[in-house]
Amino acid sequence: MLRNSRTERLVALVLVAPFLAIYLLAFVYPTVQMFRISFTDAPLIGAGRWVGLDNYLRLDNDPMFRRAVWNTAYFVLMTVVPGTLIALLIALGVSRLKGRFQSIVLALFFLPYILPVSVVYLIWDWTLNFQFGIAMHVLDWLGIPRVPVFKSRVWFLPAVAGVTIWWTAGFSILLFLAGLRSIPVEIYEAAALDNSTRWTTFRRITWPLLWPVTSLVLTIQLILQLKIFDQVYLFSFGGRPNDNMVLVYYIFQKAFQQNQGGRAAAVAVTLFVLVVVVSVLQFQLLRFAERRRR
Amino acid sequence: MNAMAAQRWNFWGGIITALTLVWAILWAFPLYWGVISSLKPDDEVVRPYIELWPETPTLENYISAVTTTQIGAWYVNSVAVAVGVTVITIFISMLCGYAISQLRFPGRIALWWLILASFMVPTSALIINHFVLVANLGLLNSWAGIMLPQLIHPVIIIVYKQFFDQVPKDFREAAVMDNASEFGILFKIYMPMNWGVTTALSIVCFIWTWNAFLWPFLSVTRTEMMTITVGITQVNDAFGVYYARQLSAAVLAGLPVALAYLCFQRRVTEAITLSAGIKG
Repeated sequence: MLRNSRTERLVALVLVAPFLAIYLLAFVYPTVQMFRISFTDAPLIGAGRWVGLDNYLRLDNDPMFRRAVWNTAYFVLMTVVPGTLIALLIALGVSRLKGRFQSIVLALFFLPYILPVSVVYLIWDWTLNFQFGIAMHVLDWLGIPRVPVFKSRVWFLPAVAGVTIWWTAGFSILLFLAGLRSIPVEIYEAAALDNSTRWTTFRRITWPLLWPVTSLVLTIQLILQLKIFDQVYLFSFGGRPNDNMVLVYYIFQKAFQQNQGGRAAAVAVTLFVLVVVVSVLQFQLLRFAERRRR
Repeated sequence: MNAMAAQRWNFWGGIITALTLVWAILWAFPLYWGVISSLKPDDEVVRPYIELWPETPTLENYISAVTTTQIGAWYVNSVAVAVGVTVITIFISMLCGYAISQLRFPGRIALWWLILASFMVPTSALIINHFVLVANLGLLNSWAGIMLPQLIHPVIIIVYKQFFDQVPKDFREAAVMDNASEFGILFKIYMPMNWGVTTALSIVCFIWTWNAFLWPFLSVTRTEMMTITVGITQVNDAFGVYYARQLSAAVLAGLPVALAYLCFQRRVTEAITLSAGIKG
């Protein structure tokens, strides 16, 4: 090529520079700092003394940290697989519909995903309101005693998990629909000619061909739900935040409410490592799936 | 036999369609219920039975939400932050994606891996150090402070790079032959080709930023600087037990993104599937 490669390099530098500058400032630097202060006893703002692994060792007998880990795991358990299955069922139903009708039905399922978490919170806080919520009228009608859902230790996390599935299913549905669309129609036609039942068609054709998408949805959901904070924080208003403790909430509490930057950073590093490990696994899984498809 | 099987197929198909429809209506019902409740006067909201339509529809809740809270200021903040983040993110990501896709420069592969790797970093783990950084820059309680950590969306660079990769090499070679400048090639040839992708990514980036909660919540303490997503949850006391007023504030907060989605349904779904790494 005639173009002088030095010009090309210079142009590349100019084009990459704005992103790189923001990336280094707002991403790389905070990440490095997070690791660094996790070995100190720094407050939220200001310097601290080097304490080695002390912040990490303390986590071991920290009952609140254990509760945060346990609740996060419980929340993940209640959202990831059930949420993915519900999204798959909805996608299967929606994919059978045609044209305008399909886009209207899809919109009904998808709208919650597009809304801010605080709107989702206000709507469900109202729907499940102990005194006036419409869900409580339904419970009365069914003869089931009312439950103060978000004030109850037992029902809080399951209820927040349900709301979260409602809120985030739209995203998974879209991915499943894209996956379903990429399965050739001829395969289904052949199955119909063979008089195969709906269930056999699903089990022998749809499910295996959809598996790469399913594993993608599962891992995206897993990473997303490990980072749960907003809903737990919002629904805990006037409730029991300490009983509902999850990992990111604990980072928030340690750093911003108890002014212990170093200890909070140790929790943050733990979460960081957890998410990176899961992401690497996801990446490997996808590569594996890709190789198998070829 | 075959006809009977087909008939059975159709019967169950009809049932499944009906179930899907009922399910969709139930799914969206809380949204409808929220909107309807916000249109009821105080005494109707708390009636101990279900009324699917307000007896006397009223906008008084909206009027009182607007006049008793700083919702106007929150709106301005949200629009400024969301537009700012979208414009800057899309611009820098496109430039970077183009450079990685089309130009040869040292560190290109390393940069690409860095971007792919940052995909997996949970930003919610970085809140402490984002806070320290923004505080040290003196940007707490400012638009710039809310925007800064939100400017990095590796996904957008990845989508742009993949898009530019698909453009046939002949375009660039012909332009280089014509002695077009590098910037001319990007802005006059490549950019007009990808308006579709750019619009789709912009809408989605706007929605993401509008909906962001954790960081805007941490970086702002002054009520008048809050974004609307945070604001409507921080002033419960202002409403007392006036649920309808709170719901009308929620409707106002959700309206822009809901409208953005309903107007550009196809673009939004396309961009979201693209951002997950699936070509829809």
